[in-house]
Amino acid sequence: MPEELYELETAVPENPIEEYLRMDRMPHIWCPGCGIGTTVNCFARALETSGLDLDKVAIVSGIGCTGRVAGYVRLDSFHTTHGRAIPFATGLGLANPGLKVVVYSGDGDLVAIGGNHFIHAARRNVDMTVILINNMIYGMTGGQVAPTTPIGATASTAPHGNFEETFNLPFLAESCGAVYVARWTSYHIRHLTKSIKEALAKRGFSFVEILAPCPTLYSRRNKLGDGLEQMVYYKDHSEIRNGADTKSVALDFQGKIVVGKFVDRERPTYLDAMNEHFQKRLGDRYVPSDEMRQILHAQNRN
Amino acid sequence: MAQVVEKPKKSVGGVIIIAERCKGCGFCVEFCPPEVLELSSQYNAKGYHPPILVNKDGCTGCDICGMVCPDFAIYGFIMKKKLKEVK
Amino acid sequence: MHADPVGVLTGAHFVDGDHACSEGAIAAGCRFVAGYPITPSTEVVERIAERFPFVGGMFIQMEDELASSIAIQGAAWGGKKAMTVTSGPGFSLMMEHIGLAAMTETPCVFVNVQRAGPSTGLPTMPAQGDMMQARWGSHGDYEIIALSPNSPQECFDLTIRAFNLSEQYRVPVLFMMDECVGHMIERVVIPPAEKIEVYQRRMYEGPRENFLPFEAGNDLVPMLVKAGDGYRIHVTGLTHDEKGYPDMTVGTQATLVRRLVDKIRLHTDDIIRFEEQNIEDAEIVVVTYGITSRTAIPAIEQARAKGMKVGHLRLVVVWPFPEKRIRELAGRVKAFVVPELNLGQMVYEVERCAAGKSKVLSVPHAGGTVHQPKDIYAAIEKSLRG
Repeated sequence: MPEELYELETAVPENPIEEYLRMDRMPHIWCPGCGIGTTVNCFARALETSGLDLDKVAIVSGIGCTGRVAGYVRLDSFHTTHGRAIPFATGLGLANPGLKVVVYSGDGDLVAIGGNHFIHAARRNVDMTVILINNMIYGMTGGQVAPTTPIGATASTAPHGNFEETFNLPFLAESCGAVYVARWTSYHIRHLTKSIKEALAKRGFSFVEILAPCPTLYSRRNKLGDGLEQMVYYKDHSEIRNGADTKSVALDFQGKIVVGKFVDRERPTYLDAMNEHFQKRLGDRYVPSDEMRQILHAQNRN
Repeated sequence: MAQVVEKPKKSVGGVIIIAERCKGCGFCVEFCPPEVLELSSQYNAKGYHPPILVNKDGCTGCDICGMVCPDFAIYGFIMKKKLKEVK
Repeated sequence: MHADPVGVLTGAHFVDGDHACSEGAIAAGCRFVAGYPITPSTEVVERIAERFPFVGGMFIQMEDELASSIAIQGAAWGGKKAMTVTSGPGFSLMMEHIGLAAMTETPCVFVNVQRAGPSTGLPTMPAQGDMMQARWGSHGDYEIIALSPNSPQECFDLTIRAFNLSEQYRVPVLFMMDECVGHMIERVVIPPAEKIEVYQRRMYEGPRENFLPFEAGNDLVPMLVKAGDGYRIHVTGLTHDEKGYPDMTVGTQATLVRRLVDKIRLHTDDIIRFEEQNIEDAEIVVVTYGITSRTAIPAIEQARAKGMKVGHLRLVVVWPFPEKRIRELAGRVKAFVVPELNLGQMVYEVERCAAGKSKVLSVPHAGGTVHQPKDIYAAIEKSLRG
């Protein structure tokens, strides 16, 4: 086939996800082989196809390696205190219910120091999308044990190996009332992107756990190779079981990883419950906030 | 005047590699379905080996490399070809 | 601008300080409150919970004070005037987030209805033991503004001032009540809405390009934006540059922290407020704040009746401390007498500013009840003798 008869129709495109990132802050601080960047990549793609008005999407992070995500995403972004992204996000979303609020933080931040806030926001079904990057360690501070570090793994504050039972995060989220619960690994880029998109579209407390390698600390200390080897472990040991009973999806050290969308159910959100209750109880005397009134009005018209 | 009558060849893909951003993690090389990437022997300024496309015709432009890259240092695209205007 | 009439209960009321504070917040335009029950502050949020559904406000009882103190900051960035309410043990929990509000320049009000400490202490009984904590409780260098009301009427009026100051200076403002003022029931007159001055938050509405969210003009206070306006801001507790991006360098630390502190320190003339009586010819000045200002009055009157030249300086804004005024009076007066419901806190500020030019006598009290005027009188006498 004579090549000279053909010419390129498409110009070389820009990377489509750069629009969602603060490119003026690249390169980011994450280590070679760290999975956080991959999850952000998928998050950006989910935003791209979500149909959301990105001026109205706000992202809130806590402290830690994953906590730095807020600084790299080109949305209204808030880098708050350790463990307290969820209550900040609660206040933000209640003050302006027109915002779509995403919490993007790590395992230690969200379920250790932030555990109390996690369970209450899920209980209340506050409308937010929580993306938890689980690298099974406290990375930023040098590799300390986390409530997600498997039994037998070593960490800097468990130098002889961890003996504490871990959280089964999907089970925790479901039992506290989350309406959407999924777990993927950073290997499952397409599933993960789709899940994030679903979680963004879902009203209520939506939770996506994403396993990601921490090559510098978790993998290195436990002689598990580098980030790539962890990704291969995810590929080889993951089993997709959509709808699995969350009680059965606990993780252990280098064992099977059950991934999938486990929970997708309906519950009134915090604001739904509040508005319905006050309208019933107080009738015409109930005065919703200005922003709430606009939303209720739009809802009533539909 | 030459007239082309055969169906054009299927679309071929390409990658853009931002070598300076790469940290040599190897995800793109490992997970490229047609296996057309390899870490090069060149170094970037930080001392990492960025990938290179070793088989230009093999790239399908699927962009799995772009989705999996933690450093936003590579992305794939599909090159559409069209018949040149023939005078 | 004037208060929004919605929510202003114009008229004369017979309420306690806690409830007057709730009404002050509503009149000031506060429409988001996150709180947690703690004696003797709980009545503030109870009344807010009762009133907010009728005035377009949102109240949420959070799971703890840590959540409350940051939920209000989320709400502030969502565009609302926000407040939280607590007492000693909860105040201690909120310290990290007071620092966050100072660092991110988030306008919000923290009410502390002080009770006797330390620790669980005397939950239902008054003290003024958190005054130094109000100034220095969080880590690092920062400035806050703290007010001290001495009556339910002031709990109404000064809560409005607290909100206004917090909006004007983009700083957390601490409203330091005490159990006595909080639970005392007195006449509170709420004026018509058009007589209540409310500071309008200065929002940036200009172009998005090259917008620097943390760039300040001569007044050192950057203009505010809120999430959802399309500015795609980044707000972080890390040391940051004018764009809001983390910039963890020695130079940026110096510039940023200096501005945060100077923002208040260079405007003390506008912020500070105190009341004086009989200062011109005073030989002794009794320096008070909060409930102690009222228990000092009988002592001062008794002393004046005996011919002693005693003046009264009552701090209304406690932080920043009125250094200039104390320095002016030091050397002119023989002594300062500082009664406090603690074992000596603000007295150290008086001492520092008096710089040895006048004597400074503390009249301490471990808390649990108010001073006996006779103890304050005895201190006044002693200061004249010595």
